[in-house]
Amino acid sequence: MNVNQHTPMASPYGQPQPGYGQPNYAPLDGGYPASYAPYNGPASAYQPGVPPQGKTLLPDQLLGPPTSAPPPVSAPQQYNQYSHSPADMQNGPPPMTQAPPRPAGSQPYGLGGGQPSYPQHYAPPPTMQQVTNQMGGMQLTSGPPTPAGLGYAPPHSSQPPISTSYQSAPQPSFTQAPPPASSAPTQPPPPNAPAASQQYYRGPPPPPHSIPPPSCAPAPPVSQSQQPFSTPQPHFSSAPPPVSQPGFPSGPPPPAQGSFPPQPTPSSSQPGSVPPPGPPPTSVTSGQYPTPIQHQQQPPDSQPSPYHSGPPPPRFQMPPTVNHLPPGPQSPPGPQGPLQQPPSPQTGYPPQQNGAFGQTRSPQAGYPGPYPVQPNYGAPAPAPAPAAPAQKRLDPDAIPSPQAPDMPAVQKSRHRIDPDAIPSPIQVIEDDKAKTNEPFVTGVRGQAPPLVTTSFHVRDQGNASPRFVRCTAYNMPCTADMAKQSQVPLAAVIKPLATLPPDENPPYMVDHGEGGPIRCNRCKAYMCPYMQFIEGGRRFQCSFCNCVTDVPPHYFQHLDHTGKRVDCYDRPELSLGSYEFLATVDYCKNNKLPQPPAFIFLIDVSYNAVKSGMVSIVCHELKSLLDHLPRENPEVDSVVRVGFVTYNKVLHFYNVKASLAQPQMLVVSDVSDMFVPLLDGFLVNVNESRQVIESLLDQIPEMFADTRETETVFGPVIQAGLEALKAADCAGKLFVFHTSLPIAEAPGKLKNREDKKLIGTDKEKSLFQPQVGFYNNLAKECVAQGCCVDLFLFPNQYVDVATLGVVPVSTGGSVYKYTYFQAQTDQERFLNDLRRDLQKHVGFDAVMRVRTSTGIRATDFFGSFYMSNTTDVELAGLDCDKAITVEFKHDDKLSEETGALMQCAVLYTSCSGQRRLRIHNMAVNCCSQLADLYRNCETDTIINYFSKYAFRGVLSNPTKAVRDTLVNQCAQILACYRKNCASPSSAGQLILPECMKLLPVYLNCVLKSDVLLPGADVSLDDRAYLKQLISCMDVADTHVFFYPRLLPVMKLESGSLPVAVRNSEERLSKGGVYLMETGLHLFLWVGASVQQELLLNLFGTPSFSQIDSSMINLPVLDNPFSQRLREIIDSFRAQRSRYMKLVVVKQEDRTELIFRHFLVEDKSASGGASYVDFLCHMHKEIRQLLS
Amino acid sequence: MATFSEYIAQNEERDGVRFSWNVWPSSRLEATRMVVPVASLLTPLKERTDLPPIQYEPVLCSRATCRAVLNPLCQVDYRAKLWACNFCYQRNQFPPSYAGISEVNQPAELLPHFSTIEYVVQRGPQMPLVFLYLVDTCMEDEDLQALKESLQMSLSLLPPTALVGLITFGRMVQVHELGCEGISKSYVFRGTKDLNAKQLQEMLGLTKSSGAQGRGPQTPQQPLSNRFLQPVQKIDMNLTDLLSELQRDPWPVTQGKRPLRSLGVAMSIAVGLLECTFSNTGARIMTFIGGPATQGPGMVVGDELKTPIRSWHDIEKDNAKFMKKATKHFEALANRASTNGHIIDIYACALDQTGLLEMKCCPNYTGGYMVMADSFNTSLFKQTFQRVFTKDVQGSFKMAFAATLEVKTSREIKVCGAIGPCVSLSTKGPCVSENEIGTGGTCQWKICGLDPSTTLALYFEVVNQHNAPIPQGGRGAIQFVTQYQHSSGQRRIRVTTTARNWADAQTQIQTIAASFDQEAAAILMARLAVYRAETEEGPDVLRWLDRQLIRLFMFHLRRSPFLQVFNNSPDESSYYRHHFNRQDLTQALIMIQPVLYAYSFNGPPEPVLLDSSSILPDRILLMDTFFQIVIYHGETVAQWRKAGYQDMPEYENFKHLLQAPVDDAQELLHTRFPMPRYIDTEHGGSQARFLLSKVNPSQTHNNMYAWGQESGAPILTDDVSLQVFMDHLKKLAVSSAA
Repeated sequence: MNVNQHTPMASPYGQPQPGYGQPNYAPLDGGYPASYAPYNGPASAYQPGVPPQGKTLLPDQLLGPPTSAPPPVSAPQQYNQYSHSPADMQNGPPPMTQAPPRPAGSQPYGLGGGQPSYPQHYAPPPTMQQVTNQMGGMQLTSGPPTPAGLGYAPPHSSQPPISTSYQSAPQPSFTQAPPPASSAPTQPPPPNAPAASQQYYRGPPPPPHSIPPPSCAPAPPVSQSQQPFSTPQPHFSSAPPPVSQPGFPSGPPPPAQGSFPPQPTPSSSQPGSVPPPGPPPTSVTSGQYPTPIQHQQQPPDSQPSPYHSGPPPPRFQMPPTVNHLPPGPQSPPGPQGPLQQPPSPQTGYPPQQNGAFGQTRSPQAGYPGPYPVQPNYGAPAPAPAPAAPAQKRLDPDAIPSPQAPDMPAVQKSRHRIDPDAIPSPIQVIEDDKAKTNEPFVTGVRGQAPPLVTTSFHVRDQGNASPRFVRCTAYNMPCTADMAKQSQVPLAAVIKPLATLPPDENPPYMVDHGEGGPIRCNRCKAYMCPYMQFIEGGRRFQCSFCNCVTDVPPHYFQHLDHTGKRVDCYDRPELSLGSYEFLATVDYCKNNKLPQPPAFIFLIDVSYNAVKSGMVSIVCHELKSLLDHLPRENPEVDSVVRVGFVTYNKVLHFYNVKASLAQPQMLVVSDVSDMFVPLLDGFLVNVNESRQVIESLLDQIPEMFADTRETETVFGPVIQAGLEALKAADCAGKLFVFHTSLPIAEAPGKLKNREDKKLIGTDKEKSLFQPQVGFYNNLAKECVAQGCCVDLFLFPNQYVDVATLGVVPVSTGGSVYKYTYFQAQTDQERFLNDLRRDLQKHVGFDAVMRVRTSTGIRATDFFGSFYMSNTTDVELAGLDCDKAITVEFKHDDKLSEETGALMQCAVLYTSCSGQRRLRIHNMAVNCCSQLADLYRNCETDTIINYFSKYAFRGVLSNPTKAVRDTLVNQCAQILACYRKNCASPSSAGQLILPECMKLLPVYLNCVLKSDVLLPGADVSLDDRAYLKQLISCMDVADTHVFFYPRLLPVMKLESGSLPVAVRNSEERLSKGGVYLMETGLHLFLWVGASVQQELLLNLFGTPSFSQIDSSMINLPVLDNPFSQRLREIIDSFRAQRSRYMKLVVVKQEDRTELIFRHFLVEDKSASGGASYVDFLCHMHKEIRQLLS
Repeated sequence: MATFSEYIAQNEERDGVRFSWNVWPSSRLEATRMVVPVASLLTPLKERTDLPPIQYEPVLCSRATCRAVLNPLCQVDYRAKLWACNFCYQRNQFPPSYAGISEVNQPAELLPHFSTIEYVVQRGPQMPLVFLYLVDTCMEDEDLQALKESLQMSLSLLPPTALVGLITFGRMVQVHELGCEGISKSYVFRGTKDLNAKQLQEMLGLTKSSGAQGRGPQTPQQPLSNRFLQPVQKIDMNLTDLLSELQRDPWPVTQGKRPLRSLGVAMSIAVGLLECTFSNTGARIMTFIGGPATQGPGMVVGDELKTPIRSWHDIEKDNAKFMKKATKHFEALANRASTNGHIIDIYACALDQTGLLEMKCCPNYTGGYMVMADSFNTSLFKQTFQRVFTKDVQGSFKMAFAATLEVKTSREIKVCGAIGPCVSLSTKGPCVSENEIGTGGTCQWKICGLDPSTTLALYFEVVNQHNAPIPQGGRGAIQFVTQYQHSSGQRRIRVTTTARNWADAQTQIQTIAASFDQEAAAILMARLAVYRAETEEGPDVLRWLDRQLIRLFMFHLRRSPFLQVFNNSPDESSYYRHHFNRQDLTQALIMIQPVLYAYSFNGPPEPVLLDSSSILPDRILLMDTFFQIVIYHGETVAQWRKAGYQDMPEYENFKHLLQAPVDDAQELLHTRFPMPRYIDTEHGGSQARFLLSKVNPSQTHNNMYAWGQESGAPILTDDVSLQVFMDHLKKLAVSSAA
């Protein structure tokens, strides 16, 4: 059991990372350890070790500490250490020193009820340092109280013993330092071990077994724990083993699970039984991993490490390695060190459990993170710094200055939980990165992909790439009851037309001839790898609905001895997860092949638009931009036709037919009943009409240069575009450049309704609802015609984005907003957005349908689209940046054997006018054990779902209710884990599932977002804008949006990015320069005491005061530093679908307020809780649910 | 007789007036018994090359209800510098400028031969002429091309200061802004939605200028142009380019459909545009259409080709579902246009009907032209259109704008109404009869468009009671005052004062009878009949006419397209009636009873009876029906021609014979407006029907054997011949007398 749990934990981390795999397991174990953790806690020394892994550990730490957190200080550290070490050392050592220390630590934390228990465990607070370490850990745990604590706290708590453990400890826990230790000694494995573990994760096949051995090696002895591991490993190879197991027919899995459970119990209960770790429970992970043998071995090792004593040597090494993250992997092999290291290097490990927590600060440093994690357990983790030298090392990287101060602070009072002790996103991210060094192969069912923050290569072997589909859970609960109990949302984020990196093949095109794609007769699912061919290939059975369908003669192919079609690998639809069908005329509107789409530019030429320079910028840019209309074959001219309209109170259409000597302007003043005044010559081919178009674009700014017209219309503008497309009988996209609230007399006229007094009241929701129903109807018409609307807003005041955005949002379009647009400063951003928007890959007139295997059903959809029934997602336009979140609900039982299948089919018209079907297939595992569910989730995706769910909820509920709902659901998820998956522990422990240890921090970010908790300076428009923006974001976008990336850029190396730091002011050094990206903004924060040289390199000025904070781009300076930084900035911009304007923020400057808004771990000006506070709150909620 | 006909001719020559009776019965009772009312045909702008315009303003009677113009019939006291109004007997002082007046120094208006005189009003600004082209773009490319060329040509004929505007329409209506550099602009309106002037003004952005315009054109607005109407000299090139870029309406027309043509809205916009910019200034809306309005207000037929446009049959069956609405729409427009003094011309060129029936009121009320042809690419249209811009010797257009006609009468006689291209101004006055004939109830009419041949029929009533005899030698006088805008932009007033003797019908019946002007009376009665035909049920009118009767003439009138709708489309009927109602007497006579000339080797060309017996094999016939000119080669002649005799030198005389009617026809073609359809046919030719349908069917398939095979060509018709008609008429006359 423990193992399993851990695994889950691990899996998150580990899964992706093969090597880690084992470690993962370990972590997994840790997961179980969760239970352990608790145990550990209680178990005194032992416990420490165990628990760690399972739960992110926060658990323990979280305990009471939340509030008191800080106090633990010294103790905590120790804990952490212990925890780790404990894991490693498990029983032996932990008990010894650890026990004492922890108690201290825990106590200090004063975690709520939990503390007490801690104290006990920790009680024997080790030395001051230890204590502090522990404290850290404690705090973490306490703060976060989350039971799951996942890797973090729990283990630590138990681990605490080993202060050193931190670095090492964590490792142990994960990889189970122990194993290494043991293995190291015994087997060369040490190194291997880590490797092995990694392999597990990644390459299930060999590693599993082998891996198990390594780590398991010891395991064998520990039949229980190990077995589980081994089994699981095979599967995914990754942490999820359990999951995989189920999948695998092989006995192991089952046994594994089975065994696990038992094991856990035993282990947990019996320190001895389980790997000795049992005791180490806390560190469990490690402990578990170690399995008996390990334990034994580890114990020694770990112990030593914890103790610092004997083991130290090895550990020391370890730690160092750990610190170096990278080395981690390698080092892991080494002695114990390896174990710990693995985590760090591999990231996988450390991250898994402690990662987040322990590392706290050190981890923050980035790499260290992982290690620290363990420390985290100790809660005192933060303190950890002191704990282990290693930690310190870690710390250095990231947040030197802040930490220092913190440290003392932490020590000083318990009230505070050391931020370093709570799960660190950075740590998790880095761990995942480290763990991912092989291509992600999609062939295995239910395998969680690497995090969105990790760059990896995908090999499509039957399931859609995570770039297309990401799920919240890769182990779906078999029954609705389980799903309901866990409250984990079952959702997939689908980005059907996602852009793939150049080294991955775009989906192949399949043509099934005149008959169209081959489909199941009953459910109409498209031919896919899941279809079973039977009767010698003459028929196939649909795996979605089990209906048997004849294979058409032209598609017949013989089967080989395994029952596969002989041509299986020649046909994308039989071997790949994503591919495209060429649609036949049956799939077209009115049974007519579609016309190539058209782009229509509708430009506001009212006074404001002209004055701000927007009109001339757009016109000027369009001249060159029109050469870059989307096309499929770069050799050929785009077939997309273009048309132009300008408007203020009336509309001006332009006839730019090639045969004309000069453009013709057709004014339509009858806006009450819009129509298109011309047909021929409105939509033209750019190349044919180039001269006329250029002449037109030259003249537009001149013609309206002296305009006095300030009123605008909006509804008729879209109607005009729509009518034009109707008249041309094609789909297309409207680019509307608009400036002001449409108050002119016309359909869709609006009035200013911005009323700040309503904010916070029950009527607030009305502000998010469209002001008039007109636009809803219009949107419906647009969708029917395949008319997608992209809206570029240039407001100087309230424009009612909530209403104006209705049509873009319903048609799959985008809204861009440039408030107080000034040509000089905003031009670049606008133009880049425009270029990108214009050129991006886009499909028109699309219909998306998600089919699922029997047992689940897609019930809810979030995104930019329109639905006229409950199953078909209609998208007038679908571009490569738009994601749709789909929620699934059970309508029957799922079977572990068949898993759950989903097929997303998008029928669309390509930019060349070809009708196509893009198919994405996804298979996930099903589980009957909650633990398996928790082991194989993806927090980023869950957050994506939550945010969309919540932002939609704002329309119909008071925002406060929405926030509460979110918190509740989250608490239930975590409480369910704590109740059903974590080993028993003191109520004061916050135990988080490994995969969800970041859930609280991310959720807090969602809760604090401007939409749900607006500051005084956030306009209604901004909120509506963000709301619609989020609704179509994919996981990577929501991730960086809610948890911005903050990079220290004092030292830059080519080829790699510096490790990010956590979003908290205390991570910023006065002498540092930091780059922050949120997906929408890009800040360069410059500390007040930055070295002159740096300033010179960066800005070309030696003085802080001479930095021009209004610059929008860094000066181009010829030095490596400047070049590299600009490179980085460019690469960031390239990654996002919207151009981010660079804002230089000088410390203490006014603009810093804005910047601080994005330091999401801190308290926000609008009243949002800090991470620590929120974690405590969460813990409280969970405890309430549990009690 | 001779004297009377000379008298009539002289009066017509001088005043452009012909009365049905040139001696008037002196009492109401007697007048009523005369059946044909006292009435006149007035050609207000009859060309008078010998009439120099007078550069001062007319002297008016000071009585507010009279305001008659000083004329030769007034008694003048040269010493007292007084004159007595001959209508109300008011004595008036001459204005100071007449101080030098004496028997030998008389102003022109007192000279007897200046019974018609023309004054030039010096006050007020000179208004530019406004020409607004309203062009249909739903037509074949060749047609459109021809039309574009005609329009471009017309620009060169306009005075440089004239304002021009362009509105095109198809499915949409485009009002083109003129004089734009680099880009051509137009305002587009949906063809299905009617707009009132105010909406239009706002949508065209003319609101600001409207304030100034509101005070009327009297206030000298410097640039009386706006973006849509600009002086030719300024935008000549621009407009030429614009016209040459005119595209055929680009909206797709699927098979089995008519193009959507928003004529109703287009015309409404044209009227609205002028209404809010140049009200009460002479302006022409020249509408060129290639087919019927098929959508929006004013539509006369749907766009489904399978449903044909309404025929007389449909109308009688009350099966023309669009007709009433469309007619109402165009009537409203016609009224608006006429109120503002604007002319609506319609040039309809299509093989099928175009809805002239519904639109007829537009030209009819405003004095506009109605031209019907098969294609814009025919000389019929091209030359007709060119002839619109004919200039007189002074270089002014032969057209006048925004005219008002006022009639003043002696006490014994009152005016009942007018029939012609005019609308009532609803001015009550002492000379207005309660008895309405035609457009009545007023003594003032608006004639938005006038040309030298425009002729109105005015009907009068003798109101003198039988017991209040008029003194012997008394004369009844009628004064016609026509104020109009000359094409030079000047405002002019033409005054015609006529007088006729009274006679007691009981004692002087012979005199009265002798003064009867048969031709004028025929036309006057025909107009009345047509007017009734337009407003009443067809058969009733014929019956009424039969009761009135005028021998032979009526025979043809009964068969003419003005009353008979058989074989004519509603559009054709409307077209013929339109012209009948505005042409002068001579032309009107031709319309009713076509002229037939025979050319043969037997002698010089001679007029022959319009009878089937005139159709002989060795003759060439030339028939002029006003609308058509038909050259018909008899059977033998046709054979000769086919044999090519005319090309042989020894048969040069035959060549001359063939050429003679052609030359004569050309002469007619060149002088007539609208240009007639020229038809060259021969015996047995399909086009011979034009001739055969006009001649008196004295020989038909029914009686040809009875008459022997002597000569002539039998007409295959069931119509009665003149002989039968006359026989029947005689019978009636006798029986009714009895």
